[in-house]
Amino acid sequence: MNTEPIIQLIDIKKGFGPQQVLKGINLSIYEGKTTVIVGESGKGKSLIIKHILGLIKPDSGKVFVFGKDLNKMSGKELKEIRSYFGVLFQNAALFDSMTVFDNVALPLRERTRASEGDIAGMVNEKLKLMDLEGSNEKFPAQLSGGMRKRVGLARALVLNPRIVFFDEPTTGLDVAKSNEIYRVFFRTQTKLGYTAVIVSHDVPKIFKLADYVALLHDGIIQDCLPPEDFQTSDNPFIREFVEKTMGLIYESEEVEG
Amino acid sequence: MILLKFLEKSGELGLYYINQAGRMVIFLLHVIISTFKLPYYKVSNITKQIYIIGSLSIFVIVFTGAFTGMVLGLQGYNTLKKFGSEGLLGSAVALSLIRELGPVLAALMVTGRAGSAICAEIGIMRNSEQIDALECMAIDPHKYIMAPKFIATIVSMPLLTAIFNVVGIFGGYLVGVKLLGASEGSYFTSMYKDVEFQDVYMGFVKSLCFGLLIVWICAAKGFYVHYERTGGFGAEGVSRVTTYAVVLTSVSILVFDYFITSLLL
Ligand SMILES: Nc1ncnc2c1ncn2[C@@H]1O[C@H](COP(=O)(O)OP(=O)(O)OP(=O)(O)O)[C@@H](O)[C@H]1O
Ligand SMILES: [Mg+2]
Repeated sequence: MNTEPIIQLIDIKKGFGPQQVLKGINLSIYEGKTTVIVGESGKGKSLIIKHILGLIKPDSGKVFVFGKDLNKMSGKELKEIRSYFGVLFQNAALFDSMTVFDNVALPLRERTRASEGDIAGMVNEKLKLMDLEGSNEKFPAQLSGGMRKRVGLARALVLNPRIVFFDEPTTGLDVAKSNEIYRVFFRTQTKLGYTAVIVSHDVPKIFKLADYVALLHDGIIQDCLPPEDFQTSDNPFIREFVEKTMGLIYESEEVEG
Repeated sequence: MILLKFLEKSGELGLYYINQAGRMVIFLLHVIISTFKLPYYKVSNITKQIYIIGSLSIFVIVFTGAFTGMVLGLQGYNTLKKFGSEGLLGSAVALSLIRELGPVLAALMVTGRAGSAICAEIGIMRNSEQIDALECMAIDPHKYIMAPKFIATIVSMPLLTAIFNVVGIFGGYLVGVKLLGASEGSYFTSMYKDVEFQDVYMGFVKSLCFGLLIVWICAAKGFYVHYERTGGFGAEGVSRVTTYAVVLTSVSILVFDYFITSLLL
């Protein structure tokens, strides 16, 4: 394993007015691995991703991507680094005056010199992967919430990124669809070997996909561990989280049984 | 104590406006630089914007141009008649349109029709994270969204102004000559004689400057909607910033009109 982290956050602090959201985030993300960030709603998981993307500047602390300080980069360097990214926003952030097809085709049209014919091939392939055939000409407002998520995923993956950021990729999908999405991740990741940073509430299931699980609690990453170790960690917050999210299943089984 | 509070507030406000102004200047420079930077342009992006900003404004421009010319014909004829110089009607109508009313009124109409649309569209893109999404795809929104709008507005404005002027001149002709009975020949000969290149040039410079003002203020206001002091969130934030952009653009057009005129005269 390559021991140098590809992304490193060092003591990131960020507050909005009186509210201190991130209180010193330390997190390393390794090449080719899937890191899952879990934690309660509204505690700053999406905010961490926005810091790595360079969309928000921290009050203090540093973000290193490929060993370079994100906040000291020129616009050109930042652009180059972002060209390796594939991003799914929590709200999908589709371009709402473009059709589904144009949304997914946009990165190809603006960033590559591929011909329209090739673009159509690549876009349709990705849309098929996400089970979205037949919606090419629809507009985002005409899609269901889960479909929008999947269009966002197709758009994030269309340029074969080196690092992907998925903010709650399966929220709003039914169980079968979300399982299918996980299979797609698994397949594309083994094929392309990308690094993944995923925010998810889909807790026991996402552990199967994760190489590392990080718990955000109280503005701090409590620990970042492989899933097996995560489930047996002594950290009181992690224990509480594991019991709360996974314990329930066993409890209800006990009651039923 | 009250004085201190007052000083504090006005200082805060002052800083806010300086900040805003600085951001707008940086925004303009950024757009200008990225406009001339390679990678290639998609011609279709620009033609689409010219269609939206320019072509779709033609109807409004023709309509307002016609009535402006007609009222000029009406007023001009009755005023000039007092001095017995109805023969100068043509040059009076043409000069006021070409030098002053054409560029200003056309710009105000385009502000209302296209400027507000630019501001609202970009504001909504900002608020729904579409601009962040573009940036994360390594697509520069200054180049991808702004540059085509800038080019389209600056190309469209002189053309729309020209249409406004021509329609206005015929509107004046219709009322002055056909309705009120000024002499047909002198309407046009006085116009040929008195309108000089200098006048057309002034109108052209004005329309270019106003085009830049419209697209600059409206696009920048939408782009920075999240920095608005009064809270630029959601639909209300966008509507507020759009109103503000239209007012600010209209005022700037009139202010700049004065300064351009005094510079070029
Ligand atoms: N631009 C902003 N201005 C003010 N507060 C913000 C801003 N962005 C985020 N916050 C605050 O930061 C906190 C964390 O937000 P964030 O979106 O990161 O939560 P999250 O962990 O992703 O939650 P969820 O799981 O529900 O998506 C929230 O309390 C939110 O109110
Ligand atoms: Mg979130």
